[in-house]
Amino acid sequence: MSRLSFAATAVVLVLLFGTASWLYPGFLSARVIANLFGDNAALGIAAIGMTFVILSGGIDLSVGAVLAFTSTLVALLVTRHAVPPLLAIALGLAIGAAFGAVMGAMIHRYELPPFLVTLAGMFFARGMAFVLSLESLGISHPFYRSAATFGIPLSAKATLNAPALIFLVLFAAASCLLHATRFGRDVYAVGGHEPSARLLGVAVGKTKIAVYALSGTCSALAGVVATLRMGSGNPAQGTGFELDAIACVVIGGTLLSGGVGSLAGTLNGVLIFGTIQIALVFDGRLNSWWARIVVGALLLLFIVFQKLLARAASRRA
Amino acid sequence: MRALYTALFLTAAVVACKKTDNKESGKESGKPDPASGTSGTSGTSGTKQLTVGFAQVGAESAWRTAETGSIRAEAEKRKVNLKFSDAQGKQENQITAVRGFIAQGVDAIILAPVVETGWEPVLLEAKQAKIPVVLVDRGIKTSDETLYATLIASDFVAEGKMAAEWMAKKLNGKAAVVELQGTPGSAPAIDRKKGFEEGIKANPNMKIIASQSGDFRRSNGKEVMEALLKKHGKEITAVYAHNDDMALGAIQAIEESGAKPGTDVIVVSVDGVKDAFTAMVEGKLSASVECNPLLGPMAFDAVEKAVAGQTLPKRQVVEDKLFDTTNAKDVIATRQY
Repeated sequence: MSRLSFAATAVVLVLLFGTASWLYPGFLSARVIANLFGDNAALGIAAIGMTFVILSGGIDLSVGAVLAFTSTLVALLVTRHAVPPLLAIALGLAIGAAFGAVMGAMIHRYELPPFLVTLAGMFFARGMAFVLSLESLGISHPFYRSAATFGIPLSAKATLNAPALIFLVLFAAASCLLHATRFGRDVYAVGGHEPSARLLGVAVGKTKIAVYALSGTCSALAGVVATLRMGSGNPAQGTGFELDAIACVVIGGTLLSGGVGSLAGTLNGVLIFGTIQIALVFDGRLNSWWARIVVGALLLLFIVFQKLLARAASRRA
Repeated sequence: MRALYTALFLTAAVVACKKTDNKESGKESGKPDPASGTSGTSGTSGTKQLTVGFAQVGAESAWRTAETGSIRAEAEKRKVNLKFSDAQGKQENQITAVRGFIAQGVDAIILAPVVETGWEPVLLEAKQAKIPVVLVDRGIKTSDETLYATLIASDFVAEGKMAAEWMAKKLNGKAAVVELQGTPGSAPAIDRKKGFEEGIKANPNMKIIASQSGDFRRSNGKEVMEALLKKHGKEITAVYAHNDDMALGAIQAIEESGAKPGTDVIVVSVDGVKDAFTAMVEGKLSASVECNPLLGPMAFDAVEKAVAGQTLPKRQVVEDKLFDTTNAKDVIATRQY
């Protein structure tokens, strides 16, 4: 069943990209593909963390706010307090992980609904971002200047930039974690049916806390990637970002009820999202809000599709 | 299995709809091509048709919509193929749009930056691709001025100065002024204050007796004015507001206090939006310095020069005009914003 929904997202992605390539000269190029990964790196990274959370049967609404907080924190530490960039980044990631772990612990220990705990987390992180700085902070540091130009050239004009590379490496690592380790199996088990997972000896609490810590780390990493992409930290960025990430995960075939889905599907979801956005830029005439409408339509389509699949599967059984 | 086919069919239908949509608009864009193909007969410079990307912040105010309209109209007039992208107020989207324009190989990019920082990486990319970038209405913070061709924007200091000079003339160099500042720390608030102070320097009898922030909002302008009227009462002879909205709020407060705005208290502001013109026609607002959003002609002049390889001055000032009760009536009908 998950294989079928994965196939469906892949088909949609190929159709969308193919249509855009056919309509707009220059769309089918290494540069556009490299941009697709670079421009959507932050979204993709957050969506990877979100996939784990949703697979475990939870939700994380704090990702956009944690992204904004981390980017502002890193910018503030590097520019105002002369902290070495790598140290600032490490600190930002550690705070993201700890923040996620605390939310996970509260969700598990007090059996609180993830929606509300992470909603509170979202308000807290967003508020803290604005406490750090009310406006966007530019980072001028040699490390950031070289990071802006760093990349692996694919062709004369196309380079995979630092954000794209971080995204791809994280995707590979997360895929291994989810599909080839005990932890990955536990995540599926907890999201599939928590009582039976417990009976099978899965450490439900540990798994849940780890999943939220992972998502917090991913959101923080997305914030770091945002600073690399813009050379600045902005406390106002990433509003509504968590919903984009959830949309990508669901379009990618992961069930919101947990237990079913894949990271490859999420990658498809992110690329579909990015393709729609960039196709509208290439078109240059249509209102850019159409991107939202198309994503909304796809989202609805996919959940209907999944429902039909589930019904067909249960009838067969 | 049947479910799968249904779903695939539905997705295919959606994509197909999108396809036909785009095809129609594609045809439109196809039209100018043969014209430019014949070359020399069309286009302003007699060469190939220019393709220009315009990365706009969004459509959050009437001012910005007027700016977008001006750039669109000018592009049409000059037969420029304009690629327009609305970033919905988000810098992330604006950067994606600029990178998309670069990937598309446009001839030039017009950018209205949503914030001042965070543009260096993407502008560096544009520079490497040899695509000139024209900034409109707001500047950016950067250590490398070669990242953009020019900045076209109003001079907020000059706006403040103009307001001060008009007020000095109107009141014969003698006034007790209350200043309503914009959002603290914002460029227009800082510069409009600075310009006004410079403008009244020549008149020792003009004094700012109070200066408070009204956050560019009408409701705050009214509240602050009420408080100041209580404190200073009849002493106040003039109000200088950093934007029209605060001035309109202040006018309400003055009326409620029983005084007559425009005669007892002179009110001067900046922006020149339609409501301000209405107030001027009614005689309540005395003058407003227009902050001109119609940047299209200047922007495309700059684009054409930059594409032709000319070096442009880094800063080009949009000319702002002052309107008062004597000429507001002639302009109000043509105000779109």
